[in-house]
Amino acid sequence: MARIYIDNVQYEVPEGQNILSACLSLGFDIPYFCWHPALRSVGSCRMCAVKQFRDENDARGHIVMSCMTPADDGTRISIDDNDVREFRAGVIEWLMINHPHDCPVCDEGGECHLQDMTVMSGHVYRRYRFKKRTYLNQNLGPFINHEMNRCIQCYRCVRFYRDYAGGRDFNVFGINNRIYFGRCNDGTLENEFSGNLVEVCPTGVFTDKTLRKHYARKWDMQTAPSICPHCGLGCNIIVGERYGSLRRILNKYNHDVNGYFLCDRGRFGYEFVDGPSRIRQPLSRHDGDRSDGSLKAVEKKEALDLFKGISMDSARTLGIGSPRATLEANFSLRQLVGAENFCCGMSEHEERLVSSIIDILRNGPTYSPSLRDVEMCDAVLILGEDVTNVAPRMALSLRQSVREKPMEIADSLRIPRWADASVRQAVQDEKGPLFIVSPMGSGLDDIAARTLHIAPDDIARLGFQVAHEIDPDSPPVLDLPDELGRFAAHISAALKSSRRPLIVSGTSCGTLSVIQAAANIAWSLSRTERIAALSYTLPECNTLGLRLIGGLSMTDCFQKVLSGEVDSLIILENDLYRRAEALLVKGVLAKCKHVIVIDHILNRTGKESDLILPAGTFAETTGTLVSSEGRCQRQFSVMPPAGQTQESRIWISDVMAALGKDSAVNYSTIENIASEIAREFPVFKDLTEVSPPVNFRVFGQKIPRQAHRYSGRTAMPANVTVHEPKPPDDPESPLSFSMEGYSGIPPASVTPRFWAPSWNSCQAVNKFQKEIAGVSTGGDSGKRLIEPLTTENGVYFSELPEAFNFDNTKWVVIQSFHIFGSEELSSLGDSVSQRIPNPYIGLNGDDAASLGKDNGCMAQLIIGNVSLKLPVRIIPTLCSGLIALPVGIPGLEGVNLPAMGKIMED
Amino acid sequence: MERPLTNHIDKGREPLNLAEYERVGGYKALRESLTSLTQENILQLVKDSNLRGRGGAGFPTGLKWSSMPSSSNSPRPRYVIVDADEMEPGAFKDRILIEGNPHQLIEGMIICAYVVDSEIGYIFIRSEYTLAAKRLKRAIAEAYEKGYLGFNILGSGFNFELRLHISSGRYICGEGTALTNSLEGNRAVPRHKTPRQTESGLWGMPTLLNNVETLCNIPHIVDKGAEWFKSLSKCKDGGTKIFGVSGKVKKPGAWELPMGTTIREILEEHAGGMRDGVRFRGVLPGGGSTEFLVEQHLDVQMDYDSVQKAGSRFGTGTMIALDDHTCPVGMVHNLESFFARESCGWCTPCREGLPWTARILKAIEDGRGEPDDLKVLESHTKLLGPGRTFCALAPGAMEPLQSALKFFREDFERHITDKRCPWR
Repeated sequence: MARIYIDNVQYEVPEGQNILSACLSLGFDIPYFCWHPALRSVGSCRMCAVKQFRDENDARGHIVMSCMTPADDGTRISIDDNDVREFRAGVIEWLMINHPHDCPVCDEGGECHLQDMTVMSGHVYRRYRFKKRTYLNQNLGPFINHEMNRCIQCYRCVRFYRDYAGGRDFNVFGINNRIYFGRCNDGTLENEFSGNLVEVCPTGVFTDKTLRKHYARKWDMQTAPSICPHCGLGCNIIVGERYGSLRRILNKYNHDVNGYFLCDRGRFGYEFVDGPSRIRQPLSRHDGDRSDGSLKAVEKKEALDLFKGISMDSARTLGIGSPRATLEANFSLRQLVGAENFCCGMSEHEERLVSSIIDILRNGPTYSPSLRDVEMCDAVLILGEDVTNVAPRMALSLRQSVREKPMEIADSLRIPRWADASVRQAVQDEKGPLFIVSPMGSGLDDIAARTLHIAPDDIARLGFQVAHEIDPDSPPVLDLPDELGRFAAHISAALKSSRRPLIVSGTSCGTLSVIQAAANIAWSLSRTERIAALSYTLPECNTLGLRLIGGLSMTDCFQKVLSGEVDSLIILENDLYRRAEALLVKGVLAKCKHVIVIDHILNRTGKESDLILPAGTFAETTGTLVSSEGRCQRQFSVMPPAGQTQESRIWISDVMAALGKDSAVNYSTIENIASEIAREFPVFKDLTEVSPPVNFRVFGQKIPRQAHRYSGRTAMPANVTVHEPKPPDDPESPLSFSMEGYSGIPPASVTPRFWAPSWNSCQAVNKFQKEIAGVSTGGDSGKRLIEPLTTENGVYFSELPEAFNFDNTKWVVIQSFHIFGSEELSSLGDSVSQRIPNPYIGLNGDDAASLGKDNGCMAQLIIGNVSLKLPVRIIPTLCSGLIALPVGIPGLEGVNLPAMGKIMED
Repeated sequence: MERPLTNHIDKGREPLNLAEYERVGGYKALRESLTSLTQENILQLVKDSNLRGRGGAGFPTGLKWSSMPSSSNSPRPRYVIVDADEMEPGAFKDRILIEGNPHQLIEGMIICAYVVDSEIGYIFIRSEYTLAAKRLKRAIAEAYEKGYLGFNILGSGFNFELRLHISSGRYICGEGTALTNSLEGNRAVPRHKTPRQTESGLWGMPTLLNNVETLCNIPHIVDKGAEWFKSLSKCKDGGTKIFGVSGKVKKPGAWELPMGTTIREILEEHAGGMRDGVRFRGVLPGGGSTEFLVEQHLDVQMDYDSVQKAGSRFGTGTMIALDDHTCPVGMVHNLESFFARESCGWCTPCREGLPWTARILKAIEDGRGEPDDLKVLESHTKLLGPGRTFCALAPGAMEPLQSALKFFREDFERHITDKRCPWR
């Protein structure tokens, strides 16, 4: 610890910080702009000036920038000194010279860091009497609004976009007081993390364009802590609502998971909640067959009666769960139909891969890293994953991890790691070892030490060989070509010489042996006295949680229907047409006497059902998800489901009650379900501790979802009634749908917003951390379910696949992924849909030429019973002999890959 | 009086080519350095000579060289850069030296590189200096051909590559770290002062940056010794200096004179005094970013310490004289507009403060000044002071303004009360 003196009072702070973060950690308010806890210090804005004194006898002192000055032992500073106060007010005065006074019409107003800092610094009266500077704005695409006149040139945007996120199509232009931040020309910001500009920008230059369509002020939004439903990483988000509609997603700081940043799919993928596919009313089929799609709205009571009738009429009912539904909803369904009748709703192939991943993580010595851990890794091997498109936020963490090893250069020059510009200038383009072995190029290729694009089986073989190079006990690949052998040796040397190696793999290749090869590598590293991290990406937000509950496979399920053993299906938040071939699904549904769907969007499965119960989306659902890390986290509804909609598990418990099931009472509250799950599955033993219990209170008060400045509560429904209705109850969480309650800092998992006195912007997060960029004051949320077995070595997998052999007729079709399009729910939103590519058949240039195809020509691809006629897209990096098909994007679903395929001659 | 720097410069003809330069003793110092002197010998010589950096800050050159880390435990390559981006208002001394005798600079640079064990050198030259660049390019080619540059120079085992970089032209590139950023292809924005460039400079490697005039002195010091060099001067700083005078003097120009020559001698003897009919009012002794000195300071010696004691800066030693027929507000406005335009835009005080002062000065000059304007200007001279801005550009820009407000305050006030410029 270092002793520092602030205005003559002694404090102890951890070594190695700068004065600014030390002071903020201690709770002092020092204004700042260019500094950002993740982007660190560059010293450009001059806002965080303090006065430093040499010793206790120095009465004059000198002004320093607190972000650029180390808080060494014995440091003496004053925050309150008149000279620095005058200087800081001067900085605001300069920034205000050109800043438009358009706060009332600015989207940032009320959550503007510039407003906060202006008030904090005490500049009031305008002295500048000349014309203001103005700029032309750019159209930056569907996500981000650009308003350059508001810019205060703090350079955070360009530092985030280029230095931190690796974007290329955004920069700073011009000089003197004509600095411009934007693109060369108008156009969509291409980087997958552009949405963070909204939070990184301290004022209203970059604002959320999707919010603009249904704008509400921060203080007028009801907000709740939640978990992003758009991939398996479990990023923490803050969901904002007003007038019953979802308004926006903000990042929710979680030290271990997403830190300060989200991906654009997570931030802008919410629009499906109020989109045209949303179901708001129970729908029932009257007469007519399923294919005509004639569904009619019914009341809740009638729906429950219909359900009851169907149950009476069914011989045997299967329940199909969903990897995008909560643990509680899945488990409730399982209890409704009985464990032997519960199917986990993944394709059999996917389920096998996920099971294997769980076995590896549960029975081996390697640990599944948090995103924070990923950032700290100093050597990385990616085996068969397109991380940027499958688990986007992890790509941002990997981008930081390659900076870990070169930090040694900065350390040797005694440059503090927070001195960002100095570190980057010293490190230059040096990067730590990151190897990508995948079927085609990915968004991280630019930071990779080396990439290799080979077929999935060869990826596995290379991986097995890497493991063998590290530990000779791991099975070798005997007939590996020399070139691959040399590459394997090169990778293994880099991994062996690192302190914290990381292997990233997952289900994207759809190849079990790739997953096993990754395990062999991680296990072999663990035998060399270092902690190896092994991260498997998973496709959906609760894939891991659902598989831990388990159930019948989809194939078994379909078999039972087709054989007549089962005559009814209850399908929970799952579109079967995304899981299996359309022909098969159609046959299964047709064979069923009854099909009941509980979902919040109307998809093809729903259209062919007999009864649809309208469920809540993530925004209206309280429940638990398990991320690919194995972290159990709870999402809280931001608003009660409107009208006839109910959370899925409430529908199920209502059905149980209607059916007179004894156990109904056990499934009526989330806490009861959680303890039931914990009782039945030891792995979930900590499930009840994921967030504070329902009866958690601070000073006897609940935690309000509405800010204390929430306006219009009385007037909002005035067109309906002049009497203010009683706020809805929330019996399921310590949060309330109201303004009243405890407004201090609650436990992190139930923190609904970041706000503190004088800190109205998202930067208020400083006040919710024990130390800046550290753990949250209320402890970080989530419980890890799976920890490494340090006693086990892991039994090496030894089943090696054959080398990939392309004979010009049988193509291997693999899945290609797109951050916008591959995920079901986000694709339904208006803004995201503008970024989704059209379906294509992806071919390597030479392969396309050999087939006589060029970019854009139509080709016919046959995979089993499926025939697809789509335009060809040349993917130069794709391994020869493979076809990439973006299965999952709208209009191209229900093909299980990898599979053999054939391109038809014209 | 000896004039080692300009001895072989004659504006009327092309500069000496390599053979001619050798004939008058050129590259003798290099030969001696590489064959019979150790790096330590030369470094000691430079230290003993009391040579101080001629770029403006006056940092002792020997000390700067010895701050390069030892080559055994630091990364390679090590760079030597010459700052020939001469853009200080009023300065044209480096141009004279390069255009007049490019081999002198090249020789100084090679010796410097030898002493600090550097293998790559850059001459960062202002884009407007086209003639200088052309002559340098030719001289570098000659030096390569003769084997003074390149591999195994004079059989010593010492290798040195020298490259000419023509800058896109920004005043801020005179700031050494901004120059480094610019040379790397990045925005010309200054870097934080730690780590020092000698530890982590160009492309993160040990880098030594010197001014043109500084390095031009090196061959002569090696050739004739430290004592001789010190004896050239009239003060404790060693050597001669190219002093320049611009403004309404009879013979504006530049002359190589002993360090410590008085302002009066330079102005009255060498520049011929003020033109007939105009009276001297003040002088910016070291270029545009230094404070005015007035009548009472005329006997101040031009050396780093004396000028500082008088309340200004020695700077580049190229002075701008102000006369009674020129409006001081207009002159300061001209300077502040220049500095505002040349601000790199990195830090707030400089980016926003300088244009504000320039606009106020313009308003005052145009008769639109307001009484409170002087308060704003005065507060800026304080708020843009050293330590408050990221680099020295804005503090330098405030020097003429601050001193003008001190010495010519009544002129500012007259503009405001009369609502017009008395000189127009």
